[in-house]
Amino acid sequence: MTITLAITRQSKTTGDKPEVKNYAVEVQPTDRILDALMDITQNQDGTLGYRRSCAHGVCGSDAMRINGKERLACKTLFKDIVEDESAPITVEPLRHLPVQKDLLVDQGVFFEKFHAVKPFFVPKADAPEHGEYLQSPEERELIDEATKCISCAACYSACPILEKNPAFLGPQAIVQAARFVYDSRDQGLEPRLDALDKPNGIWPCESKFECTKVCPREIKITKLINFTKRKIKKYREERGEHTAEEGTK
Amino acid sequence: MVHEYDAIVIGAGGAGLYAALEASKSAKTAVISKLYPQRSHTGAAQGGIGAALGNVEDDSPEWHAFDTVKGGDYLVDQVAAKILAEDAVRAVYDLENRGLPFSRLENGKIAQRRFGGHTHHFGEGAVHRSCYAADRTGNMILQTLYQQCVKNEVQFFDEFQVVDILLDGTTVRGVVTLELASGEFHVFKSKAVLFATGGFGRIFKITSNAHANTGDGPAVLLRAGIPMEDMEFYQFHPTGILNMGILITEGVRGEGGILKNRDGQRFMETYAPTLLDLAPRDMVSRAIMTEIAAGKGVRGDRKIDDYVWLDASHLGRETVEKKIPDIADFCRTYLGVDPAEQAMPVQPTAHYAMGGIPTDVDGRVTDGTTVWEGLYAAGECACVSVHGANRLGTNSLVDLIVYGRRSGQHIAQFVKGAATPKASDSDADPARERVAALKARKSGEHVGPIMSEMQEVMMEKVGVYREERAMTEAVTKVQELRERFEHVAVEDHGADFNSQVLQISELGNLLDLALVTAGSALNRQESRGAHSRKDFPERDDDTWLKHTLASIDGKDVKIGYKSVDVSIWEPKPRTY
Repeated sequence: MTITLAITRQSKTTGDKPEVKNYAVEVQPTDRILDALMDITQNQDGTLGYRRSCAHGVCGSDAMRINGKERLACKTLFKDIVEDESAPITVEPLRHLPVQKDLLVDQGVFFEKFHAVKPFFVPKADAPEHGEYLQSPEERELIDEATKCISCAACYSACPILEKNPAFLGPQAIVQAARFVYDSRDQGLEPRLDALDKPNGIWPCESKFECTKVCPREIKITKLINFTKRKIKKYREERGEHTAEEGTK
Repeated sequence: MVHEYDAIVIGAGGAGLYAALEASKSAKTAVISKLYPQRSHTGAAQGGIGAALGNVEDDSPEWHAFDTVKGGDYLVDQVAAKILAEDAVRAVYDLENRGLPFSRLENGKIAQRRFGGHTHHFGEGAVHRSCYAADRTGNMILQTLYQQCVKNEVQFFDEFQVVDILLDGTTVRGVVTLELASGEFHVFKSKAVLFATGGFGRIFKITSNAHANTGDGPAVLLRAGIPMEDMEFYQFHPTGILNMGILITEGVRGEGGILKNRDGQRFMETYAPTLLDLAPRDMVSRAIMTEIAAGKGVRGDRKIDDYVWLDASHLGRETVEKKIPDIADFCRTYLGVDPAEQAMPVQPTAHYAMGGIPTDVDGRVTDGTTVWEGLYAAGECACVSVHGANRLGTNSLVDLIVYGRRSGQHIAQFVKGAATPKASDSDADPARERVAALKARKSGEHVGPIMSEMQEVMMEKVGVYREERAMTEAVTKVQELRERFEHVAVEDHGADFNSQVLQISELGNLLDLALVTAGSALNRQESRGAHSRKDFPERDDDTWLKHTLASIDGKDVKIGYKSVDVSIWEPKPRTY
């Protein structure tokens, strides 16, 4: 079938103003959107810019907005989104991050927020001399979902809070914090408290579930955020302290 | 622009990050990658990392080393394999101690599963050796190492493509790179340079490799006159998703999955009576192609793109969802197949280069006589050689961690005594001139057809089964494509994020590696491991128990050799 991709282009040559350009591509229903983008750059218009690498949904390079929804171009097949072959499919860059060119966005701020939560192991105890920290399958299960995150930034783009408050930490950074907060081997919440429990930390989240809806790894992000909020509240209560949320009210 | 470092690491996958963690402890180090962090292809590895922890049953590093040597059809350098297997145990504990979320046994220890070619008591039966984190072990390794780099404030240059190596005779001075965002060339002056650029599966049509796997490191060094070792040994993983090449981990068979032909017959009973579906990958891929040639593929048309079934439906939904959740997701997304209920359609997919940049056991680049001072390689782009003629499953991740670390440690020592090299911005002029000439060309061919013609000819003529006439045709075809490549043109004349300039750099690299791969394969007149010739079906130790060293001379491939270390186990016939 022939499908039109309506791609939002933006670069120095467009005076850094977004403009939509249509491309007709011959595709199979089982082709990925990424296959069509690559066909365009290799055979039609080599100036189109986008990122891609693994092409099967594990490297996180090619998140973009397809028909208005954040998706990985390599994990979205035409048969999943085409209802009417004559309707163009819109392809736009992610939101809430500066566009560098076409579908490329600058992920600098996204990575800064990610790094702010101390996304690395802070063990409770010294490592065994020769062996592993013990962890039961049930304890391991608690961090399973969060370890699936590939930092593709789909959630960051879909988040309605970032629309009104760009300083909000954002869903991905909280997921990355939760990956350690619930790890039985890690010191957990304490090392990440400074980043999470502040006015623009975890609290601006209003549980709109947009992040959860778009996550290509099917992580229940909103649930993880709410669990972590509760854990922070409990932690503060036990110490007779206020959370930053209460402080701002 | 000129930057100055003690050590430059090119590539941010497992080997590069581990080396950077080690080197940066004492040396001023930066990691250069053409991708953003965490996008590297280590993240696509699924089934596990092999180490004789013995958490499930008795195991020993000696058995692991022997399996590695036998799995590699005795082309493995045996002391290097011994180091690999012995250090694997420490490496896995180290990763766990840095937070890696391995799957667990009831007693809280790291879970282990069976994997192809890994045995107890020197081949008596399959052993639980692969330490795994569901079916995303590589992703967890990549994440854990990246987290450690964040913690240790390792410096990164994201989205820089390496284009030239700077050498003074056989001593490294630095590298020339292209910053993708600006289109500017940067010179990195450095006492030591480690290449950890990964594989080059994109020379083939059906591959499990990422689009970024274009062999940039090996190609840059080839052009600097450094030969590549054992390039004829390219692994076809037996179970790629039909037509797409996406990897389906051997862990599926480790958990009990079975390969079946069109008649529902478990055909591995014929080819490997002891290990069955867990025979090494080269043997399983050949078995599949033999079944297909006999008309027992699912379509039954005997064409090389026919396929067979991989059945995991008898394992039950719980095992599928817990042990291989990503595989289940891929199958549902791309095939509309639920592996808990239906068999998966699979065919061999180009997966892993056993060959690459020749190194010693400290990652130093050497052809056996010359050592290039300050030049290192580790991971898939390197050839130590621990994989010989065929790599065992899980050993790629072991290789990254063990030899990435050893390289980083050696670099840290080396730079202490090394003189500061000379390099200046004008060292980037040749690269600048190449891009200027490309942009000045008024008309010419698109890269697309050259890329797809290369991938098709390599898949068809330098695939699982090989023979002289087809390979000769492949060499001629790649030579012709290299000639056409000289006349490609670009539409994008901009500087920032010019993906055409990057693509052309990558295609040039792939063409050189395709030529060397086909040329090395044509030269080796025997069958060994993954190199299987219809016209020379037997292994010939008298003539061919030696490593190939191939370089490019104009349009031709020039061949040399290097001896194999067989100091521990005497080569024997390889049966399972």
